Amino acid sequence: MSMPTGIFILISLIKCAIALFVLLTLVAYIQLAERKIVAHIQSRVGPNRVGPYGFLQPAADAIKFILKEEVTPAAAHKLLYLMAPMISVVVALVAISVVPIGGTFHLFGYPTQFQIADINIGLLFLLGVMSLGVYGIVLAGWSSNSKYSFLGSLRGGSQMVSYELALGLALIGPVMIAGSLDLRQIVQAQSHIWYIIPEFVAFCIYLTAAFAETNRIPFDLPEAEGELGAGYHTEYSSMKFAMFFLAEYVNMVTVSCVATLVFLGGWHGPVFGPPQLQLWLPVFWFCLKVGFFLFLYIWVRGTLPRFRYDQLMAFGWKFLVPLALANVLITGVVLSVMK
Amino acid sequence: MHPALFFIFGGIALAGAINLLVQRAPIYSALSLVAVMGALAVLFLLLGAEFIAFIQIIVYAGAIMVLFVFVIMLLNADVPEPTRRSKVAQAIGYPVMALLLVELAGFFAAAFGATPVRTGGYLVQVAAVGQALFHEFLLPFEVTSVLFLVGVTGAVLLAARREERHGAAPRATRVHAGVPTRAMAEALSVPPNAMGGAVIEPAPQPESEPAHARAQGDGR
Repeated sequence: MSMPTGIFILISLIKCAIALFVLLTLVAYIQLAERKIVAHIQSRVGPNRVGPYGFLQPAADAIKFILKEEVTPAAAHKLLYLMAPMISVVVALVAISVVPIGGTFHLFGYPTQFQIADINIGLLFLLGVMSLGVYGIVLAGWSSNSKYSFLGSLRGGSQMVSYELALGLALIGPVMIAGSLDLRQIVQAQSHIWYIIPEFVAFCIYLTAAFAETNRIPFDLPEAEGELGAGYHTEYSSMKFAMFFLAEYVNMVTVSCVATLVFLGGWHGPVFGPPQLQLWLPVFWFCLKVGFFLFLYIWVRGTLPRFRYDQLMAFGWKFLVPLALANVLITGVVLSVMK
Repeated sequence: MHPALFFIFGGIALAGAINLLVQRAPIYSALSLVAVMGALAVLFLLLGAEFIAFIQIIVYAGAIMVLFVFVIMLLNADVPEPTRRSKVAQAIGYPVMALLLVELAGFFAAAFGATPVRTGGYLVQVAAVGQALFHEFLLPFEVTSVLFLVGVTGAVLLAARREERHGAAPRATRVHAGVPTRAMAEALSVPPNAMGGAVIEPAPQPESEPAHARAQGDGR
């Protein structure tokens, strides 16, 4: 790297700050969008009191979260109880750092990417960091020292460990075709054809597993409100609860980004016009595709019922994992025949 | 920069390992082992082995240690049972361990001498790891995987056999909810159906009534 270390650190810090700001705002507004869209699906109006069309609702929610009383259960394991939401948020935010959202641009006269950390094995990094997210949930449930929390965290833990396997195996097909674990190279390899076409089965597996991995309907058993109160975060209040909330939505953004990068060609799309437009259009296409996945999340939430737990586990282990393995095998055979 | 990082993360790994031994509650021991795994992953990164580093995190921290934590939680192993500290074990154990360490140090000194380890500046490509695993070390690799398979099969077999002896869950229920978490929990000697009642939720079947009744008592 030819740029001086000082400049490199400065640019990285600027990118981190922007990413953090954009991400947190985005999460607040995904949440508003979710309430609005689900409301319309259910023939309601949704929040419309705070600001025009309810657009300031996230600000009101944030103030409410901060002002609420923090309650720590007397029987909780204090240290772990405090650490669990932190683990969840940190892991969720770290994962987004390797996601590239566009091409190369110049800052302070040095070329740099629309990405915080450009590493060789970005996809593996993402999977590794995401696999640590389960600690937040498991520790939250256990340290709360409450039945509902504990059952929720057991469900969450085993669900995430199970579906991680299908998630990772689904990504192997595209990685084999692209021949790289570098997210940028995977995107560049899709300049002719998006991997959703040759790897449609893998895409479906990934999407299903991603819903389970983020604990969203139809796989939101860890926080099934009808049975478990609120699942693993039952005993959490105020900002600690908000941190779990934040982590869940950031994870949604992350898995949507990965789906876009690996299956929908990343930032590829029609690019035209003056240089400035050519720089920003890919970013726009990327955001549009991620937005599609986020809408899908909300849409599914408003549409599908919840699985039963044994159905969820049987589906994951007896259907998704073998299917994903078969997909890897077929991809390998086809690739070696075409070679 | 690299030596500093080496000492920081080597220090974290050592501190985590010591904490693992010192902690009374098993859950904290397990979590310090996670910290050790993380620090080791960074050391792998310093040696340029990116792939190994992240596999270390995914496999050990993300999967195996999660299972450890799970089992500790399911057994509710909060307060350790104090054993009678054996004087003989202490008298023999420490000298033998010291001897082993000296032996190991001697071996490494003989094998590598005083050549300093180079950190940073080079990178092991993923393809190179694949080449090594599937060409050079194909046979050991496959044999190891067969070994794992045997282990898994054995665990499942033991769990299934004990379930039959207890007569806790009829075959229909087990096939229905025969998920790995359950097999795992039972292989690691959780009472049959401690999870079944609440976590797995098998379809309501009259035969499994006694098991459910017992599970009530095992809940936290």
